[in-house]
Amino acid sequence: MRIGVVGCGAVGSLFAAHLAERGEAEVWAYDLDAEHVAAINDRGLRLSGVGDVHGRLQATADPAELPACDFGIVATKGMHTASAIQATAGAFRDGAVCSVQNGVGNEEVIAEHVTRVIRGTTFPAGRVLEPGHVAWDTAGDTAIGPFEPSPASLEEVETLAGLLTRAGMPTKALADARGAQWTKVIFNAASNPIGALTGLTHGRVCELPDLRELVRRLVAEGVAVADAQGIVLDGDPDALIDHAAQVAYDHRASMLQDVEAGRRTEVDALNGGIVRFGREHGVATPLNESIWALVHGLERSIQPEGATA
Amino acid sequence: MERVCVVGAGAIGSLFAGHLASVAEVSVLCRREEHTAALSAEGLRVSGKSERHARVAAATDPRSLPVPDLVIVAVKATQLEATASVLRGCWPGAAAMTVQNGLGAEAVIHGAGDWPLISSVTFMSGIRHGDAHVEYELDTPTWLGPWSGTATPLALAESAGDLLARSGLKVEVLGDLVPAQWSKLIFNAAVNGVAALTELPHVAVFAAEEADSDLGHVLRGLVDEGKAVAAAAGVALHDDPWEMNVRAVSRGSTEAAGGDYAHLPSMLEDVLARRPTETDWIGGALVREAARLGVPVPLNAAVWRLVKAKEASWARGAEVAVA
Repeated sequence: MRIGVVGCGAVGSLFAAHLAERGEAEVWAYDLDAEHVAAINDRGLRLSGVGDVHGRLQATADPAELPACDFGIVATKGMHTASAIQATAGAFRDGAVCSVQNGVGNEEVIAEHVTRVIRGTTFPAGRVLEPGHVAWDTAGDTAIGPFEPSPASLEEVETLAGLLTRAGMPTKALADARGAQWTKVIFNAASNPIGALTGLTHGRVCELPDLRELVRRLVAEGVAVADAQGIVLDGDPDALIDHAAQVAYDHRASMLQDVEAGRRTEVDALNGGIVRFGREHGVATPLNESIWALVHGLERSIQPEGATA
Repeated sequence: MERVCVVGAGAIGSLFAGHLASVAEVSVLCRREEHTAALSAEGLRVSGKSERHARVAAATDPRSLPVPDLVIVAVKATQLEATASVLRGCWPGAAAMTVQNGLGAEAVIHGAGDWPLISSVTFMSGIRHGDAHVEYELDTPTWLGPWSGTATPLALAESAGDLLARSGLKVEVLGDLVPAQWSKLIFNAAVNGVAALTELPHVAVFAAEEADSDLGHVLRGLVDEGKAVAAAAGVALHDDPWEMNVRAVSRGSTEAAGGDYAHLPSMLEDVLARRPTETDWIGGALVREAARLGVPVPLNAAVWRLVKAKEASWARGAEVAVA
């Protein structure tokens, strides 16, 4: 059994390090960061935080070095999905490829290059501290299921879920993983950009009644798009917003952190995804459209060189 | 009209004062003593689209200034209430002109005195290079007309307009300023709001509608909502706010100097300086009018709320810094 992790940043490293330490499968990582790759090959991949994990694996920045894999786990930022899967598709000719990325629309891109695709949503989070070393900040579950238009078999999905769960990344295999994915997307698309545009922590966003109302309306548009696709959400995203205000009052949204660091955000896969799927299913999403464009504008002002190209 | 008092010598007030001094006796009412001192010592310099060096009387107390025929209130909307308190009871024979963005300035100043009021909106812009020097950046016109709340004769607005024109400023006098005021209100709610949130100056992408997530869609949506509110209010707009947006961003590409010029909307200046913005008088005013008239304006409401929230983010920062 061989698994290739495509994009070995924070989230990719959580998967790669756990799987490698467990040792049930041979693990490869593909990443363009040469220092990170060299450090992983020299000293292994280390996680610290929620737990200490140390995995030995092979890493490469050269897709030609990636051997044929049974499973792929794609963990790049959304804007790099197409180039990463295009470069590595050869290794997954006979394998099934699972996205664990944020947002919606990544599986569609992966399916343009490989035939058997798994839809995934993951909650664990971390940060790259230095080459070869990642902070594991948050534990959490992962839900995976066949990507309907170009599916891997449920048996393959269950095999991957078992491997991940035994490795310490609890993963549920679902016949329909859209509910889990859309619940998270709707939550993120309603909370992340508001933090980025206002500079407020999640708790403070929820304290301002007018702003909380805007978040509620963004959620409602996302729920309407999910409903139109016949997706049964696995939670009420608006209740999750209030819950997060309790347990993560001071949380600064990842999109706010991206903006402050001058990085591109994942707004295309969040609000942009809700807009695209809404259009396909005849659901108007005017607020998500505007938020999407405003965040693109913000990206342009912090990073003028082709930030929104 | 022989004597003019300009209240508030920010960029716009300084442009009025610097130009009017060539055709009238001009005084300036300031908020800060240092500002008064700089103007008294150095005079007021205008550079850029015109060159002026004016002698002006300056003070922080209206009672120490010559009695004017015309008072031009050029403070930020956020300073209007405080300004009305300072002016209350002064200069009973004068006329007054408001130049604030948004809606509602006339009513606040009307509370300060029994002056016949002239409404105006100005499109000129300036960059302050200090208390006694302003650069005349955009020599676009000021529109003015009688305010209906005080039965101001048109002739009074015309003599103010004549004075401004003779001083070298571009001006247009209108019998009813409301259509122009609403055009600018809708334009400002859209352009200033988006600039405040994205921190972009008024660049070409504000009118771009090619890609799905181009900002032009947001501006179009905001403007369309504003036009619906104007229609419900029975206001036939003087200028189409979307066309104003397109003209303003194309000015940058046709400007002889450089081609990449982009105007910094005043609300973005406020955001960058972490000052309270005029959003309550602009986006907020539009949303309040919409609610009164029963017109849904979800985008304008969203942008206004987001700008308010952005202000709140640095207000908290200041509290923490003090604590």
